[in-house]
Amino acid sequence: MKTLADLKKIREKAQEEMKLRGSNVRIKIVVGMGTSGIAMGAREVMKTFLEEIANRNLTDVIVTQTGEKGLSSMEPVVDLIEEGKAKVTYGNMTPEKVKKVVVEHIVNGRVVSDYVVATGE
Amino acid sequence: MSLKRIDLLICCGSGCVSAGALKIKERFHEVLKEKGMENEINIIETGCMGPCDYGPVMVIYPEGIFYKTVTPEDVSEIVEEHFIKGRPVARLMLSDDERTFSVQKEVPFYQKQIKVALANCGYIDPESLDEYIATGGYEALGTALTEMTPQDVIDVMKAAGLRGRGGGGFPAHIKWQMVHNIQDNEKYIICNGDEGDPGAFMDRSLLEGDPHRILEGMMIAAYAIGASQGFFYIRAEYPLAITRIRDAIEQARGLGLMGKNIFGTDFNFEVEVRTGAGAFVCGEEMALIHSIEGERGNPTPKPPYPATQGLWGKPTVVNNVETLANIPTIMVKGAEWFNTMGTQTSKGTKVFAITGDIRNTGLVEVPMGITLRELIFDVGGGMVGEGKFKAVQLGGPSGGCLTVEHLDVPVDYESLKERGAMMGSGGLIVMNDEKCMVNVAKFFMEFCVEESCGKCSPCRIGLKQMYEILDRITKGQGKEGDIEELQRLGESVKMLSLCGLGQTAPNPVLSTIRYFRDEYESHIRDHSCSTKVCLDLMNFNIDKSRCIGCSLCARKCPTNCITGSREEKYVIHQLECIKCGNCYDVCPVNAIDKIPGMHPEMKEYRAKLQAQKDLDD
Repeated sequence: MKTLADLKKIREKAQEEMKLRGSNVRIKIVVGMGTSGIAMGAREVMKTFLEEIANRNLTDVIVTQTGEKGLSSMEPVVDLIEEGKAKVTYGNMTPEKVKKVVVEHIVNGRVVSDYVVATGE
Repeated sequence: MSLKRIDLLICCGSGCVSAGALKIKERFHEVLKEKGMENEINIIETGCMGPCDYGPVMVIYPEGIFYKTVTPEDVSEIVEEHFIKGRPVARLMLSDDERTFSVQKEVPFYQKQIKVALANCGYIDPESLDEYIATGGYEALGTALTEMTPQDVIDVMKAAGLRGRGGGGFPAHIKWQMVHNIQDNEKYIICNGDEGDPGAFMDRSLLEGDPHRILEGMMIAAYAIGASQGFFYIRAEYPLAITRIRDAIEQARGLGLMGKNIFGTDFNFEVEVRTGAGAFVCGEEMALIHSIEGERGNPTPKPPYPATQGLWGKPTVVNNVETLANIPTIMVKGAEWFNTMGTQTSKGTKVFAITGDIRNTGLVEVPMGITLRELIFDVGGGMVGEGKFKAVQLGGPSGGCLTVEHLDVPVDYESLKERGAMMGSGGLIVMNDEKCMVNVAKFFMEFCVEESCGKCSPCRIGLKQMYEILDRITKGQGKEGDIEELQRLGESVKMLSLCGLGQTAPNPVLSTIRYFRDEYESHIRDHSCSTKVCLDLMNFNIDKSRCIGCSLCARKCPTNCITGSREEKYVIHQLECIKCGNCYDVCPVNAIDKIPGMHPEMKEYRAKLQAQKDLDD
């Protein structure tokens, strides 16, 4: 390493590894992982999110989880929280639907209204 | 491909490690393996997070959930509930009477703190150069080397007004400027990591928790003064700090940040680690320099100062660990930013190791000028247990005690010195009203007697004399005039000693006399220790009206000095009592009292002995 530009490259890569601790997050994906969510396959849904995000090298998206959301009939339920926008809640998620949400909503910024079960706070 | 969704930061500062942090880490690895979640969770060992009293502590990102006093048994629950179901475990969170603090930044302990030197401590993995770089590490060095002249760097430091954090408070830029101005192809930079004050662990935590920051600070200093060789002087009692610094040096070398032509410039730098054998006096810069040279660690007269004739007679700058830790941030954020914190004469922040009878013992960093009250009661969480605040000891064996009336004193170099204490390296011991100040002074004096190198007679002999007087006073053999003699000796030792050790060693005695003279007087005149700490100046007594005659105390007494019966009740024979306190501990009805003052029987006996002795003489 010989220049500040080299250092910057290393820093950017290292920051990517540390993004969970950082504040540089555009979209937060919250997967409902209550008992009914897990029973309906929430873990698969979450794993698919993690894989898709890693595959596409999305550095400003984090996946986290929460407990029962009270929408048991629509599990697995996932919230997408974007800075400055209304929260979007997707229901009856499957790994296939996850892939579509990642492409459409997270990458292209278009809400996949077919899967939406609620919006706003 | 990274599938990580949780960063689990386990505090592996020495406090949490001794509380079992490593076992917890192992357990996490086991449980996550069982669940097949190893690739979802990053387990990271960090440096000290600060609230050592609640150790082992951990923080879980992305939420930033803070858990305290975690045990290996809690691990399954954390994984099951928090990691899998997303329900943080409330019972492991910190709480007060009103609410539970789930997230680290809500915890009151952190609220008045501003972390500059400690910014990464407890946040990054200290063994990872990448994580240090991710937080902006080595940018300050790169900018300084490629875009600034050494004089520019010194000018920034001058504008920032950073003063030595090791105790003296000497402005760093003045030392730098002096060495910079001297033309010599051999100059040295030394990092003083010989932290020796009892109860102080700031430097250790910094070296363990963020070694690259200290290394970067040292390299910036080296560039400014024109040195190409540095030394870390770290005491051998800090094995983890030594390992971490050594590893950091090797990592830096691997990336080309150490050695020749750093950042493609003609700046070359090499650094060595020297371990100290633990002599307190080696924290004094001249003694430290001699110790590195392989000589006996004795101070020598100044001038010549290290800046002109230091290591091997060459111009040398000695900076404390915390001083160096501030440098990279000052270079990145600028002097103006640094000046927004602190008071007129003392800028920036200071790290303190708070210990004693306080709720949140641990490592804190607060802006200069914060009052002692805020530091002790807000950050420190106030007194633990029933005891009331009595005194605070600042600056270790070189510092002094301050009292309730000083609680609103701003913490800066000058204000503390004016009142007989000193900033010191940042050890802060809070004491409640069960502490005997004469005994506290004796403790620090004993430390200094042991640690005096013996070179100057005022320090070697004077401190010993002071210790003996204090010892007599605590044993009920104090005489009129002892206090004045202590003051006279103390002033002489301060005036006539060569180095900082002797010049400051009498401070704990002088400051306790200044603020707690009545306590000394009652020890000497009334043979009474009001806090019942000095065993010769208190006694145990059985209150017959409360005694139920169970005989338990008599059976537990190691010297069989308690006799009596169920009808007569029990009584302690004072002359044989060794004040072990067994009876007090075992009495089922709390019929035994600790009473300040020497028992009349004992007084009479001692008077008789003295009379006999006088007769013999």
